[in-house]
Amino acid sequence: MQYEAVIGLEVHAQLLTESKIFCSCSTQFGSEPNTQVCPVCLGMPGVLPVLNKKAVEYTIKTGLAMNCKITPYSRFARKNYFYPDLPKGYQISQYELPLCEDGFLEINVDGEKRKIRIKRIHLEEDAGKNIHDASGYSFVDFNRTGVPLMEIVSEPDIRSPKEASLYMKKLRTILRYLGVCDGNLEQGSLRCDANVSVRPVGSKEFGVKTEIKNINSFRFVEKALEYEIKRQIKLIERGEKIIQETRLWDAVTGTTQSMRSKEEAHDYRYFPEPDLVPVSVSEEWIEKIKTEMPELPDSKIDRLMKDYGLPLYDAEILTEEKALSEWFEEAVRLGGKPKEVANWIMVELLRILNEEGKEITESSLKPQQLVELLELVEKGTINRNTAKEVFEEVYKTGKSATAIVQEKGLTQISDDSILMEAIKEVIAKNPKEVERFKQGEEKLIGFFVGQVMKITKGKANPKMVNELVLKALKE
Amino acid sequence: MELHKLTLTEISKMISKDEVRPHEVIIDVFKRIQQVEPKVRAYITLTTDKAYEMAREAENAIFTGKKSLLTGIPIAVKDNICTKGILTTCASKILYNFYPPYESTVTSKLLRQKYILTGKTNMDEFAMGSSTENSGFHITKNPWDLDRVPGGSSGGSAAAVAADECIAALGSDTGGSIRQPASFCGVVGLKPTYGRVSRFGLVAFASSLDQIGPITKCVADAALMMNVISGHDPMDSTSAPIEATNFTEYIGQEVRGLKIGIPKEYFIEGMDEEVQERIKEAIKQLETLGCIPVEVSLPHTEYAVATYYIVATSEASSNLARYDGVKYGLRARGNDLLDMYLKTRSKGFGHEVKRRIMLGTYSLSAGYYDAYYKKALQVRTLIKRDFEKAFEDVDYIVTPTAPSPAFKIGEKIDDPLQMYLSDIFTISVNLAGVPAISIPCGFNNQGLPIGLQIIGKPFDEAGLLQLAYAYEQSTPWHKMKPNL
Repeated sequence: MQYEAVIGLEVHAQLLTESKIFCSCSTQFGSEPNTQVCPVCLGMPGVLPVLNKKAVEYTIKTGLAMNCKITPYSRFARKNYFYPDLPKGYQISQYELPLCEDGFLEINVDGEKRKIRIKRIHLEEDAGKNIHDASGYSFVDFNRTGVPLMEIVSEPDIRSPKEASLYMKKLRTILRYLGVCDGNLEQGSLRCDANVSVRPVGSKEFGVKTEIKNINSFRFVEKALEYEIKRQIKLIERGEKIIQETRLWDAVTGTTQSMRSKEEAHDYRYFPEPDLVPVSVSEEWIEKIKTEMPELPDSKIDRLMKDYGLPLYDAEILTEEKALSEWFEEAVRLGGKPKEVANWIMVELLRILNEEGKEITESSLKPQQLVELLELVEKGTINRNTAKEVFEEVYKTGKSATAIVQEKGLTQISDDSILMEAIKEVIAKNPKEVERFKQGEEKLIGFFVGQVMKITKGKANPKMVNELVLKALKE
Repeated sequence: MELHKLTLTEISKMISKDEVRPHEVIIDVFKRIQQVEPKVRAYITLTTDKAYEMAREAENAIFTGKKSLLTGIPIAVKDNICTKGILTTCASKILYNFYPPYESTVTSKLLRQKYILTGKTNMDEFAMGSSTENSGFHITKNPWDLDRVPGGSSGGSAAAVAADECIAALGSDTGGSIRQPASFCGVVGLKPTYGRVSRFGLVAFASSLDQIGPITKCVADAALMMNVISGHDPMDSTSAPIEATNFTEYIGQEVRGLKIGIPKEYFIEGMDEEVQERIKEAIKQLETLGCIPVEVSLPHTEYAVATYYIVATSEASSNLARYDGVKYGLRARGNDLLDMYLKTRSKGFGHEVKRRIMLGTYSLSAGYYDAYYKKALQVRTLIKRDFEKAFEDVDYIVTPTAPSPAFKIGEKIDDPLQMYLSDIFTISVNLAGVPAISIPCGFNNQGLPIGLQIIGKPFDEAGLLQLAYAYEQSTPWHKMKPNL
């Protein structure tokens, strides 16, 4: 029998606000344990939360970007459970009346557009971190406690691990465009839990689902889901039952392990948070936020294709990061030919950045420098191969392409007489190849051109060499 | 001169006129504390050294011309209000060693006035109780009869004011915890409108009901305290964006023509006869002052106690989850995390607190939420509407504060339901969020004080104080002192 997976994702995204959600402590990552805490985020007796408006704004922004309805009158609720990293013994979250509801995201699966519905987006506070020492003692770091966290819950519209991965990537791109989350799965600023079930293809009913936690890397989104889907299909085929439970992804063994069954599931005893008043979101506020929204990837892709004639593939790559698309458009604005600029970015710039593990924003190469380089190619001052070499130099030294070409004497040789001299030399040295060429082995043209390039140390204008060699050989 | 016997208004005036120095006042008050505290036991912590230091600061302020209303006034603070660097226990063993690194908003305001803290007063553990017998440390006695309870949960504050062990005090009121002890101890207690006074730094029992208020020797003193402690606080999202009024200005104004509602549901069968008589006399007295009594109905009164014990315990079950032995307070050794949690909370909390945590946890549990918590919220809305409706016809509502005078120590401790019913007249006020004051209105034949409760419209504390003052000034009750 053929099975299909039914997947819903719950994504937690840490918001990039400067201060925590209910106090003024810094949200900076990586500080010494318990240096970014105060009585409020430590949940000391008698203290009260005060809502960070920026966090609400970021959530509304996200909701708008994901086509959600914004709840005009939203409430916070307490989610009660005991854990050492939860200082109040409850998490301030949202239950009924989340900030955003009923939206969708579009993903592109092998050229086909798929709509994944968003059930809700709500705002809550993050918990701290337990640290288990080799000494047998456990410690708690409360720096993360109270960092604003947005939970984005999809409907069970995802049908394969690949779709899940595309959804996650799309989500991450949008969050980064909005500047509301840095999208770092490894550092935990973006976290993903998945609800997974399988059913025979064509069936309308849902199978028993499991919840997979601890998927903390993009690589693992697909792996974990693939494993879990296979596991469930195997159980069904063996005639066994799937148990509704929470399972933990183990990246080391590449498996999911049972964490707790439905019977052991917490009763969180949600109730409205009496220490906070309901959040009322006015139409004016929504309108104001709308005016501050950046152009989002979907419309940017369309625009890049339309305005610059780029193929979909290029437009998609260039829009993965907002800063990258901006880099591209700046280079074009400075006179670069769109497709040329796109090629150089995708082939050379992204390769170097990737090697160095850098973001586009950290690139030492500026759009102006690439455009200058492209102009040298265009004018025929240097050839393409030389240009690659110059590109690396520009990137490394920060010098202008013109300066490097001059310094290293890399100017392309486009002088007929100099080129002819080299060609004559090559012809004289390789009589056998000349003979074979003349007998019809025309692909040997490449050999001659290569030899000429070698003599001219790569500086010869390849197009001219090609023409001149042909002419010389046919004489 | 026995300075400790004076009211806040009197001492504040004397200090202004340079007739007495804060130092003399605090010396006299501590002398009084030394004499009577062994009998009354109103305090958990006496802050004697700190008090003398604060007296010096008060004198410096006066010397530099910066005297304000409460400068140099010895004030006792209930032990669930956080005072920076000063032990704050909530009368619970679980916080036996808790020194808050922050100051509550109310005491910050008092500090700016250069008040003098006499100490932190005893209470029912986490403000859960009506007799102060639920203190994790000791029992406080009623200054009028040492065999009787002072009421609760602010029993320590009320007893300290009644016994002249301070000039005024702060209490907190979740279901009557300021008014009922004020009535048992023959003093004035005001529960402000929910949101009038900041809750920042008040250790939460039931967040949607808790409110800090003054316990004083007379109505004018309550007005003075309110002048200082009320007002919007950005640290408390539930505090109303209404600035403080000068409540003292309303004191002494005419009350003729005010309509006084008498809710028929509050004069019930089986109520203490003497209480009933005193309240009837008080209503007569108000008539003499020109007020017009009108019968009103608060039809959902009978559901108030049940509603309260669901809402309050549900919130409490969550508010008290933070006492888990991980960060501060008591930690019992355990074999693992769960064992540590269980032992810490078993040892740290008293019976009543445990009972309420269990009640609240049950009410919020999956499958019971709709039948209990949600239902209770709906009834709460109905109770609130009762008041809104009644206040369409009358300006104030007058009731007894408690169904009986102070009861004997131990009398109700094993019968929680009886204990809960001692708040029957005060609880609705918290559920509705309206302000109410308890003032002395006479004594029973055993010489035990009886309290009159006046309930006002939201944020009408000024009018409430005005009416209470008019009544008080026309009667001798507030001048009576217990024999200690």
